[in-house]
Amino acid sequence: MIQAQKKGVPQPPSKIKGYLTALLVLLLLWGSSVKTESSLSEFIIGFPNMMDLVTQMIPPNWSYFDKITGAMLETIRMAVIGTTFGAIISIPVALFSASNLVQNSWIFYPARFILNLIRTVPDLLLASIFVAIFGLGALPGILALTVFSIGLIAKLTYESIESIDPGPLEAMISVGANKIQLIVFGIIPQIQAHFISYVLYTFEINVRAAAVLGLVGAGGIGLFYNKTLGFLEYDKASSIIVYTLVVVLIIDYFSTKLREKLL
Amino acid sequence: MNATARRIPRRKKNRIGLWSVYLVLALVYIWAFAGMAVPEIKPTAGQISKAIFNGLFHPDWSYVSEPGGEDLLHGLLDTLAIAVLGTFISALLCIPFSFWAARNMSKGHTLSGTGKFSLSFIRTFPELVMAIMFIKVVGPGSFAGVLALGLHSIGMLGKLFSEEIENMDLGPAEALLATGANRFQILWFAVLPQVIPGFLSYTLYRFEINVRSATILGVIGAGGIGTPLIFALTSRNWNRVGIILLGIIVMVTLIDLISGYLRKKII
Repeated sequence: MIQAQKKGVPQPPSKIKGYLTALLVLLLLWGSSVKTESSLSEFIIGFPNMMDLVTQMIPPNWSYFDKITGAMLETIRMAVIGTTFGAIISIPVALFSASNLVQNSWIFYPARFILNLIRTVPDLLLASIFVAIFGLGALPGILALTVFSIGLIAKLTYESIESIDPGPLEAMISVGANKIQLIVFGIIPQIQAHFISYVLYTFEINVRAAAVLGLVGAGGIGLFYNKTLGFLEYDKASSIIVYTLVVVLIIDYFSTKLREKLL
Repeated sequence: MNATARRIPRRKKNRIGLWSVYLVLALVYIWAFAGMAVPEIKPTAGQISKAIFNGLFHPDWSYVSEPGGEDLLHGLLDTLAIAVLGTFISALLCIPFSFWAARNMSKGHTLSGTGKFSLSFIRTFPELVMAIMFIKVVGPGSFAGVLALGLHSIGMLGKLFSEEIENMDLGPAEALLATGANRFQILWFAVLPQVIPGFLSYTLYRFEINVRSATILGVIGAGGIGTPLIFALTSRNWNRVGIILLGIIVMVTLIDLISGYLRKKII
């Protein structure tokens, strides 16, 4: 071994670390499957039910499309309004979180902490809390999407504010610009394309999220999942899924095209 | 002179484009707000939100660990287990999908196009609806949640994995091909060493998302902390809602920290 090292032949790294990691992962998986009572046999026994379900879902009930168009449009409206409000509120939040604009760490650390806090709560949980406050309907859904959008847009935006070119800001400070002028002429021109792109990206996510918010009673097309699956009308459920898929794909396509043009 | 003369008409064109964008945006907003019913805020809303805030600041600490086993820690552990197993299943299942959807692994764009389409189909299929369907198969409980997360995560993980494969350096694979390696050897010695760090990092990232998703699966009876949360919400036990929310926030933050640290080490 010593001779090999003398010749300059590299030694392969020790494999113990890899084995230990693999053992740890296996233990984690084993513990999880015990905890969740997962069993392959149960899945195989239940599998015919699954195939039964799939055969009932095909073909989708095409005539159901007329009935759910209204709810689908409401879903898109919720996403539009929620994303807009979220975007408006996240502008000041992002400005307060950016450390190159607000030098006081007593301001930008708490602002970031609140953002992190918001992002830990999933949108459906927010929606179910808002449903408890405001009752059933689209309003709790919009509020949940708004809060969720703030977490996402403000985080992405403050990160891109922090990575802007500091040259224009320094030039403006040296000629005596105040904070407002700094934001309007130094920061906004540099980040507006990114900001719009983030808003569009959040909108894509919000359309998908809005489609299931109805499951907890927060409006949109999700309400119909409860109705159809509750009455075992799987052909109708699959038509909802196909409809959502088509709408989401169209919105994703245009949004991606727009974002490519912006950046 | 010439340059300025050429510039001016181009800017005018842009302005028309900009105004049409504004017009479309304005129409979208008019449509969106006109279609919304004026929200009726229930008179009890203020009272309930006060109660919720009160509950958040006076959480029901006794619920953290109860002798019966139906407590916060067990719920959170259950949620974590669902996320771990679901992520593992999807990380295994999405590997064939990712090679199918990667443009540089197949000849012609039609094949990879179908792969990409099936991945975005899986992504659009909401995980909660999947969970409802799996409940019909294996009965209510955590296992249905595991299967739903495992199937749904394929959509996103497969997309990220296939992008990782597309960004791969093909040099080593060509070199191996030139020395007469077969397809399996190329896969093992040229492709996998390049993509595995990316795969692991994306899997951890998806795990973070799955922990969040697993907290809501209980809403429809697919296990995890969501079930006691929904019970507490419907029975208006705000102190319990408070402690469960706190538990979720702490767990998600911890998982994010650990996973972020691991991801930094991997790449």
